Formats: sequence, structure tokens, C-alpha cells
Amino acid sequence: MLSNLGIIFSSISLLASLFLIHLSFVELKVSGDKIPKKIYKFSLVQLIFSLLSFLILLTGYIFSDFSMINVYENSHTTKPLFYKISGTWGNHEGSLLLWINILVIFSFLFLILNKNKNKNFKIFTLIFQNLLISIFFIFLLTNSNPFSPVFPVPNEGLGLNPILQDPALAIHPPLLYVGFVGSSIYFSAALAALISKVEAKSLAITLKPWISISWFFQTIGILVGSIWAYYELGWGGYWFWDPVENSSLMPWFLMTALLHSVLVLERRMGLYSWVIILSILTFTMSVVGTFLVRSGILNSVHTFANDPSRGLFILTFLVLMVFSSIFIFFKYAPSEKKNYRIFSKEFFILINNWFMIFFLAVVLIGTLYPVFLDTLSGEKISVGPPYYNFILTPFLIPLLFLMTSGPKHKWVSSETKKFFDIILFLSVFLFLIIFFVIKENNLLINLILLFSIYLIIQTIFDFYENLKNRNINLSRITSHFGFGLLIFFISINHIFSVESNFNVRMGEKKDIKNYVIKFENLETSSGNNYKSVIGYFEILNKKKLIKENLRPEIRIYNQPKTITYEASINSNLFSDTYLTMSNISDSDIFNIKFQKKPFMNFIWFSVLLISLGGILNFFNRKKEI
Amino acid sequence: MKKIFLILILIFISTKLVAEVNTKDKILKNLRCLVCQGQTISDSNSDFAKIIRSVVDDKIQEGLTEKEIYKFLSEKYGDWILFNPPLKNNSYILWFLPYLLFVLGGAILYLMIKKTLIEKK
Amino acid sequence: MKKIHLIIICIFLIFIFTTFYLSLDNKKIYNTEDMVGQKIDKVELTLFNNNKTFNTKEISNYKFTLFNFWASWCAPCRKEHKNLIKLSKNKNLKIIGVNFKDNKTQAKEFLQEMGDPFFILIKDPKGKQSVNFGVYGIPETILVNQDLEILKKYIGPLDIKDVNEIKKIVKQ
Repeated sequence: MLSNLGIIFSSISLLASLFLIHLSFVELKVSGDKIPKKIYKFSLVQLIFSLLSFLILLTGYIFSDFSMINVYENSHTTKPLFYKISGTWGNHEGSLLLWINILVIFSFLFLILNKNKNKNFKIFTLIFQNLLISIFFIFLLTNSNPFSPVFPVPNEGLGLNPILQDPALAIHPPLLYVGFVGSSIYFSAALAALISKVEAKSLAITLKPWISISWFFQTIGILVGSIWAYYELGWGGYWFWDPVENSSLMPWFLMTALLHSVLVLERRMGLYSWVIILSILTFTMSVVGTFLVRSGILNSVHTFANDPSRGLFILTFLVLMVFSSIFIFFKYAPSEKKNYRIFSKEFFILINNWFMIFFLAVVLIGTLYPVFLDTLSGEKISVGPPYYNFILTPFLIPLLFLMTSGPKHKWVSSETKKFFDIILFLSVFLFLIIFFVIKENNLLINLILLFSIYLIIQTIFDFYENLKNRNINLSRITSHFGFGLLIFFISINHIFSVESNFNVRMGEKKDIKNYVIKFENLETSSGNNYKSVIGYFEILNKKKLIKENLRPEIRIYNQPKTITYEASINSNLFSDTYLTMSNISDSDIFNIKFQKKPFMNFIWFSVLLISLGGILNFFNRKKEI
Repeated sequence: MKKIFLILILIFISTKLVAEVNTKDKILKNLRCLVCQGQTISDSNSDFAKIIRSVVDDKIQEGLTEKEIYKFLSEKYGDWILFNPPLKNNSYILWFLPYLLFVLGGAILYLMIKKTLIEKK
Repeated sequence: MKKIHLIIICIFLIFIFTTFYLSLDNKKIYNTEDMVGQKIDKVELTLFNNNKTFNTKEISNYKFTLFNFWASWCAPCRKEHKNLIKLSKNKNLKIIGVNFKDNKTQAKEFLQEMGDPFFILIKDPKGKQSVNFGVYGIPETILVNQDLEILKKYIGPLDIKDVNEIKKIVKQ
């Protein structure tokens, strides 16, 4: 019964979407400023039934209703409730339904919250957004239906991958979807703005809150994904340049460029085309990312199960979307006079866009090259972290420099000169202290440390300057300060991370640098849906005479049969102690990986600061004209 | 302007000077586990990874350099086993296209600014 | 934006999307079946029954050699074994077995039970020698000619199709 309800509710929502498109076209011909109540009503119907259908699926998971094949394939009665719930979107069909709901929610919110006076603009936005919604609904109902019934109803489900049973991973998809699926609304709005000739400032004020919100959630979503990778995957790292990770990062580069551009557009006209193009590109890149992840053309730790038919549908949709956007842009783009003065605000934002698009291109090339090479020539190569680190890292130096000196250029007074020298002096001074303490001889890393310190000091000065002038706009300072900290702590973490791999038996101990690691005990245990072997270790820090106790696990899940290696992590303020263990078959020897990862919490905190800037921006909105 | 030049030069030099401390770890992190989904030989607990780690150990003891070890393994398993794609005929585009695009972007920007400067005058 | 820009962008996009489309039916799991044509290394392998060594350069004495990597604990190895027995009857072909990460007693029992097609039996208890052949799992079978060149690589158990293919190559 749930299955039928789910299909019915989704279909009603689809019908409402189609009606909305029709009504919108009709309304275009009507003169006047007000959007008729009918459209609001249909939008509400669309929203309610979309949410209801999601609720149906959720109910199916909570109560383990295996009459729906999706629940059967991805859930199990012994799964803890929290993970039953998050299992709803932990699979292709369910996450697609979540996609659609985000599209619908944003459509509705835009309709009722947006105060732009241009009626045609709002109508066209609605049309484009509902085209997206309708197509995705059709995709859902015909190809990836989470409500498909299965008969006879099985007694038990096939379970969910245990690696996905983690709190961070449970909220990671919803966060990211508000990010890059939310970018759909400014995609639609950008196309609408072209056709209905919305003026620059008005567009900026309209789009800015949506861009800020989606950027914020995208940043937090990426952060949570990295935290999950660090705590759950057990290798001690938090970013692998894996294709799925890259798919979430690429829209982020575009969103960042867009956010900066729209901030300038609020006050000046110069970047109108940029804002339009970037808005279109962001959602396009999101769909490309979705295509890469769900079509099966990529080989990754995170991919959903492969199905080329999905890939074909998404690709067709992508092609239609891209060529339509290009057509609309070339037909309706205003021929504006561009007057970029050198060293003006626009100039620096353009430089920023240049860098962001460059980073995007590098990640895109690295991700796609193996696929393209294989398809076109049959040769298979891998592109991993060494490639991205080699190409991207040096460009952080000019980026940091520009982030520091760029925003200062709006001031022309002579006082600025004094500040410039003090900050530079302080930065070099601080850097030299750090240099003599850590004695790192890699020139590249030292330069990065120097320039990130420069950015950090500059933003601190900016903060006090703002306080003095009672300027409450702290968003740029917060985000740039966070970014400086992020690069600084990632570098320090890279320099000081310790890793050691060794074999040991129970009762033995091992000396590694300043630490003594004792394998004290071994226990077996069982959890909700797994059995485990737990190792009890004592780590003694010889220098500081601190003892830590860590308990890595080897878990054997029964549904589906998997073995996972759970890291034991002690997250202290300044450093994390990280231990994983695996057994050597047919022996009592265990292979231990011991790691010390400094400043991990500072890295997470830096990203939080960066995203905080986005939220401050959101609350710092001008009155809409 | 001079400052920017200096920074650019520093960047290019710095990509050359990378002092590596632990070679074995670096090698293991650069090798791809053939039977896993995107893990390095350093991180994987599969049997294959354990064997390769042991073999790399042996080769280091025999005195092989990092490059020689990569050559040995890629001859047997294909370039796919290396996360750092070697610069060959099939990867020139991969390695040079980003820099080309950066320069192209800079050139476009320069042309855009130049136009408005001339207009002003 | 001029028309020329539009055309360039469209051509570029058509290329990208076409490649995407072509990638859709590509098998994505990597295997080493295409690593053929190179010569195998001249390495010293240890015989199973005693600790004497066998150098792979001796392969040049035989017309064709089939290296089969197997273990008693491997179920697909069990399935393909009768095909190896079949092939061992071929006069042009010498089958060298490499016992991979196995227990000696259990390996002996396996051969007693299933038959011994191996001209020479090598032991590789740690699995390290197999790396010299680019082996990453079992069963794997590699066909080598007199010049030590790899002619074919079979990943997974040998089926009748593979047996016929080997017979055809070896008849020359």
C-alpha cells in the first residue's frame, strides 16, 4: 500500500509541476504585477505532495516495509533507527527523491519569498525550475522508482553497507543537496533574468541570498564529508581527490566565484554576464557531477551501484540543459559596455574568477582524463593525489597574496601604506620564528606558510579596523581569515604528521620515535549487526609522559558480509592520535598503523569559519528594491 | 609588478625543490591497489596490498630507486597502478593542459582590461 | 559574444558529450589482460618439492609454456583444474604450476585428489614471486613462448573457450 501511495503522491506532484508550467506560460501574456493565487495554490500542492511522497519512503524505511524493492535492497530490520532513516537517501533512488524535494522546496520558497517587482522574471524562473522538477520526476517514476513494489514481500532486507552507517555520512547528502541542488534556483533565475531583462543591481539583490545559502551548505557538506572520511575510512586522511569528492568540489569553485561576483554586482554593473554565466555553470556542473557519480563511468570508493541507463538519461538531460542555456544566453545576452578599471573591485574579482575556474579545470581534467583516455584509446592510467597536489599547490601562493592585498585596494588614503608595511613586517617576522622552530626545508611549503600567515595577520588587522569604524560587514574577513588558517594548518599537519606501520603480537610493545605502543589486550564483542575484535592499546608519549588508550576494531558485518577496520582516534586539541589494526591471516600477529595527526580540529574549525562568512553575508542583506 | 614577477619565479622554482623524507611511505602512497576501489597500497588491508608492500620493501633493500620501483611495477601491472601518471605520450595533455588554460585565461583577462584602458585614453 | 565563440563552444561540448556517451558501456573494473607482448623477467623460482631453484630463462628450451597460479583454498582453481589436465596432454605445451600462498600439505592433497598437470611445480608461499609475472589474484594463467614473450593472460579460471584458444596457438 505504501508503494502505491508513494507513486500516487509523486505523480500528483509531477502533475502539479506540469500545470505550473502551463499556468506560467498563460500568465506571461497577462499584464499586471501580481502573480495569480492559482499559481501559489498549485505550488503549494506540488510541495505538499512531494514532501508526502518522501515521507512515505521514510516511513517504509523506519518500519522496514520490504514491499518496496528499494527498502528491501538497502535496509535491514536490525539496523539502528537513525541509520534506517538515513538509509532513505543512502541509495540512488531515495537520494533522487531527495534531489527532487530540494528542487521543489527551493521553487516554492523562491515564489513566496522573492520580492522582485519584475513579474515576468518570477514567472520565467518558475517555468525553468519546474521544467527541471518535471524532468526529474519523470526520470524517477520511469527509471529509478523508489516505490517499486516487490512481490512476494521478503521477510528481511539486504542491509546497508556498514561504512555508510555513520552520523556524519547520514547528514552529508542532505547538506550537499541544499548546496548544489539548491543552485538550481539561481540557474533558473539567471535564464529568467536574461529573457525578462532584469537589471544588474536588482538581479544581484535577488540572487545573493540564494547563492549565499547554497554556498554555505555546500561548504559544510564538503566539510562533513571530509570529517566522515577521516573518522570512518581509517586511512588517516580527509581528502583523496576521489572522483566523487571532486564532484562536490567543482560546483564549490563556481559557487565561490559566483558569490564574489554577485557581491560586486550589487554595487556596480560590470560583472552582469559573469553572474549569469556562473549561475548557469554551477548547476550544470552539479548535474555533471551527478552524472559522473551515478552513471558508472568512474571507479571510486564512493560510487553508487552502476547502471548505464541512468547515465544515459542524465546525459541526455545534461545535453538538453546545456544547449538550451547556451541558446538562451546568446539570444538574450545584453551587449554591455565593459569598463574594468585596473585594480578596481571588478578587476580583483575577475582575477579571483580566473583562479577559481582554473582550479575547477584542473580538478575536472584530472577526474575526466582517465575516462576519456580509456574510451578514446583503450589505455588505462590513474590520476591521484600526487597530480592534484603538484599542480594546484603552487597556485595557492598567488591566491593567498591576492586575497590579502586585493581587498585593500579600495582604500586610497595614505594611512594604508603604513598598515601595509606593518603587516608585511609582522608576517615575515612570525614566519621566521616558525621557520626556525620547525626547520622545514621544502621551499614550496615555506612559501605557503609565509603567505597564509600574511593573510591571517591582514585579516586580523582588517577586523580591528572594521571594529574601529563600526563596520559590521565581517563576512569577507571571517571567510578569508578562515581560509588563511585552513591553508596554514593543512601545511603544518602535512609537515608534522607521523605514520608508522608495524607488526606486533598481543603483549608486545614497540618503540616509534617518541612513543611506546603497547598491545595490551584483545577482546571479542558484538554490536547491533556485527561481531568485532577489539585491540586494547596503550600509547605512551615519552616526551610529555602522557598515556593514551586506543581501541581499534575489526568488524565483521553479516548483512551484507563485509569486514571493516574501525580506527580508534583520540582527538585532542592540538593533535589526534590515530590507530588502525588488521590481522595477518593464520597467525596471532596483527598489523598496526599508528599515526599522529596534528591540528585536525583546527582544520575543521577553519572550514567552519569560512562557511560562517557565508552565513554572515546572508544576514547582511540590503533591502530589496 | 616586480613583486608579482618575483612571486611567479619563486613558484616555479618551488615546484622543483621538494625534499622527500620517507621514500617508502611516499612510494606506497603512490601505488594503487588493483583489487580495491580507489585505495592506496599504503592504506589497503587486502592481500594484494600486503604482498606489494613486502615486495617494495625488498626492492628498497636491493637498492632500487623510487623511479625504478615504479617502472618495475608498471611494467607488470600497467601504468594504472601509479597514482602519479608518468609523463608519456598518453599524458602530455593531462600535464600541460592546465597550465595552458591558466595562461589562456590570463591572456583573455589581459585583453579585456587592455581594451578598456585604451578606451579610457 | 560573437558567433565564432558560439561555434567553438558547441564543437567542444559535442566532443565532451559524445565521449561521455561512449564511456557509458565501458567495463570499469581494471584487469591486466592487455599486458601482453612483453617478456617475462629472468627470475629464480623455488621448486615445490625440494628447495632447488628454477630460472625462468630455461623457458627458452620449451616451445610454449603455460604458467598457472593456483592454491588449494581457491574454489575457481578447483573448477579449472580439469582443463589444465586436458592441456597437459599437449606435446607442445609445458605447464608450470605456481602454488600461491598455500599450505604444502593441503596443496599436495589437492594434486593427489584432482590430478597433477604440472611439468614443474613452483612454490610461492608469500606470493611475492608472482608479482614478477604481474599476478594480482588467483587463478591466473599466462601463456609464454620460447622467447619469453607473454602471448596471453587469462584472469580467472580457464574455460573451454580459453582451452581451445591455447590449443590453437600452441599447434603452430
